[in-house]
Amino acid sequence: MKKKGRQEKLLQGNEAIVEGALRAGCRFFAGYPITPATEIAELLSVRLPQVDGTFIQMEDEIASLAAVIGASLAGVKSMTATSGPGFSLMQENLGFAVIAEVPCVIVDAMRGGPSTGLPTLPSQSDIMQARWGTHGDHPIIALCPSTIRECYDLTIKAFNFSEKYRNPVIILVDEVVAHMREKIVLSDEEDIEIFNRVKPTVPPEWYIPYEDTPQGVPAMANFGEGYRYHVTGLTHDIRGFPTSRPDEIDPFIRRLFRKISQNFSDIQIGEFFQTENADITIIAYGCIARSAKRAVIDARERGVKVGLLTLNTIWPFMRAQVEKVLQTSRVIIVPEMNMGQISREVKRVNKGAAKVFTLNKVDGTIITPQEILARIKEVS
Amino acid sequence: MVEVTKLIHKYLRHDKKFPHVWCPGCGIGIMLGALVRAIDRVGYSKDEIVMVSGIGCTGRLPVYVDFNTLHTTHGRALAFGTGVKLANPNLKVIVVMGDGDAVAIGGNHFIHAARRNIDITAIILNNSVYGMTGGQFSPTTPYGMKTTTTVYSNVEQAFKISELAVTAGAVFVARGTVYHAKLLDGLMEKAFLKVGFSVVEVISHCHTQFGRLNRMGSAVEMMQWQREHAVTVEKARQMKEKELQDKFKIGVLVDRELPVYQDEYEKVRKWSQGVVKK
Ligand SMILES: Cc1ncc(C[n+]2csc(CCOP(=O)(O)OP(=O)(O)O)c2C)c(N)n1
Ligand code: SF4
Ligand SMILES: [Mg+2]
Repeated sequence: MKKKGRQEKLLQGNEAIVEGALRAGCRFFAGYPITPATEIAELLSVRLPQVDGTFIQMEDEIASLAAVIGASLAGVKSMTATSGPGFSLMQENLGFAVIAEVPCVIVDAMRGGPSTGLPTLPSQSDIMQARWGTHGDHPIIALCPSTIRECYDLTIKAFNFSEKYRNPVIILVDEVVAHMREKIVLSDEEDIEIFNRVKPTVPPEWYIPYEDTPQGVPAMANFGEGYRYHVTGLTHDIRGFPTSRPDEIDPFIRRLFRKISQNFSDIQIGEFFQTENADITIIAYGCIARSAKRAVIDARERGVKVGLLTLNTIWPFMRAQVEKVLQTSRVIIVPEMNMGQISREVKRVNKGAAKVFTLNKVDGTIITPQEILARIKEVS
Repeated sequence: MVEVTKLIHKYLRHDKKFPHVWCPGCGIGIMLGALVRAIDRVGYSKDEIVMVSGIGCTGRLPVYVDFNTLHTTHGRALAFGTGVKLANPNLKVIVVMGDGDAVAIGGNHFIHAARRNIDITAIILNNSVYGMTGGQFSPTTPYGMKTTTTVYSNVEQAFKISELAVTAGAVFVARGTVYHAKLLDGLMEKAFLKVGFSVVEVISHCHTQFGRLNRMGSAVEMMQWQREHAVTVEKARQMKEKELQDKFKIGVLVDRELPVYQDEYEKVRKWSQGVVKK
């Protein structure tokens, strides 16, 4: 079944996510069908059994993420894929994966909302749900591809980050990127870093499952390997047992944040495109980064100095990179297919050096290069 | 006594987690005893057992036992257990739930786990009430009973958990009580040995909430009630419908063979790999 060598393929975003997941070592998928994420489930139902993996269609999205977490605890890299309505149902167990520090990957193919909303039309309106959808203070990692190659690469990164930092990782892919097709070259020989969870090396009686290490990420034993320990959604002490002691709660919650915050340079991925001398910088992500790039090229041809910062990492918010363009540009434009979820973050970190303008579209259609060019004209 | 001490030392996190959170006289402790004795008799190693639970007084049980333990979200334990089992079929997955956990918030997961016939044993402690949150009615609270959210009287009909499990496709379904402790040991042992989805419903008492509100007396008196109302499956066969009206059956209700999920999925793997033609 293993395909050898270099392959040139015309893949859909969802298909590239599947290829990336398999390459990363994903061997378990549990999900519930929903547009525009269904192709991921369909394809994995074919591919996973071929590699001795497991695909299961659960009774709903709550059960899907629960099964994914269970499989990961038993030692198998696991994922699920859904869209807004299912992502809402997953929030409960997303929090469980955070507090119990269980690696897993969740794809949210974004369609218009709220509620059933626009099943087949694109949107980028789950940005804040990915950040704060589950209750309680918690860190989260969310990645956003804008090309088919990025669907592949960022899915591998998503698994790597989840294993490395023991945190769930969300892939926010908008419907446009999920369904569009582009050429992609895949190769078995390509040198791609695959990260696997660090396992304990101490004897079981010395194992402290939620130990506060300098890196903030404790070693993870899989069920059945002789390290019997307790996993719970209750706030726990370093041994994994429930606690209500302030002196144990505080360092635990802070460690969860620290393990992400001290690794921003590893997690935050983005691209500066012609921003060095840009008078106007566009900050975009997902399919809109594609329109924005076109707009930048066109504007430059007309002599307007425009640049683009593409965010591939949505959470943790790429503050340092955004601050950089806030300092070097006079004007910032944030085009997005929502009412201003990322522009709000940009405004939050802006210290007044630049003027931040929004460009919001919520009619289920993509923001075109022309619309971005028009906005550039308007605000410059 | 020596035997009990040995089991406590072998299976409980006796030096770490005790005293426990349960009210004195609660039936959950009796069920824990039965669980440990049955596991010892079946001879599973502690490393191969994964004990999963949801939320509730019953859901607190895994923290006290020295296995791989997983205390999940309310109602979702079976879905977590499904992932564990499929990822590593060598693990013995035992899921412990309360009645609210299993058939209210987790009802959908319960019927689907049974329908799939996944190789998991579900142990459900049915105390007819939400114990942990202070005695609200549950889907198994009988009609006419008082709880903190049915202070006038419960007007809903109750689920019969075991009968629901049979209908949904479980291959082994048994009911016991915490009064009939010896019988319970045996039912659990049989359930563990059964390949496929097995269910043991354990009728218990919550004397501090349900018992108090319905003037059913102490834990001992409530266990007395269990003794008087439980009829073994064998004895029930000789009784008339009318005599059984206010009684419930205990013992093995169903023991049958149906295709087991993991075996079926193994076929899917073979088909997908072209080893066997579909
Ligand atoms: C999603 C969610 N809703 C509500 C609760 C609150 N809650 C905790 S335990 C419980 C009921 C437990 O009843 P049962 O499952 O019968 O267990 P028992 O305490 O009786 O053993 C509820 C409603 C919760 N923890 N999570
Ligand atoms: S509240 Fe009821 S079920 Fe919970 S420990 Fe007390 S007696 Fe047992
Ligand atoms: Mg109960």
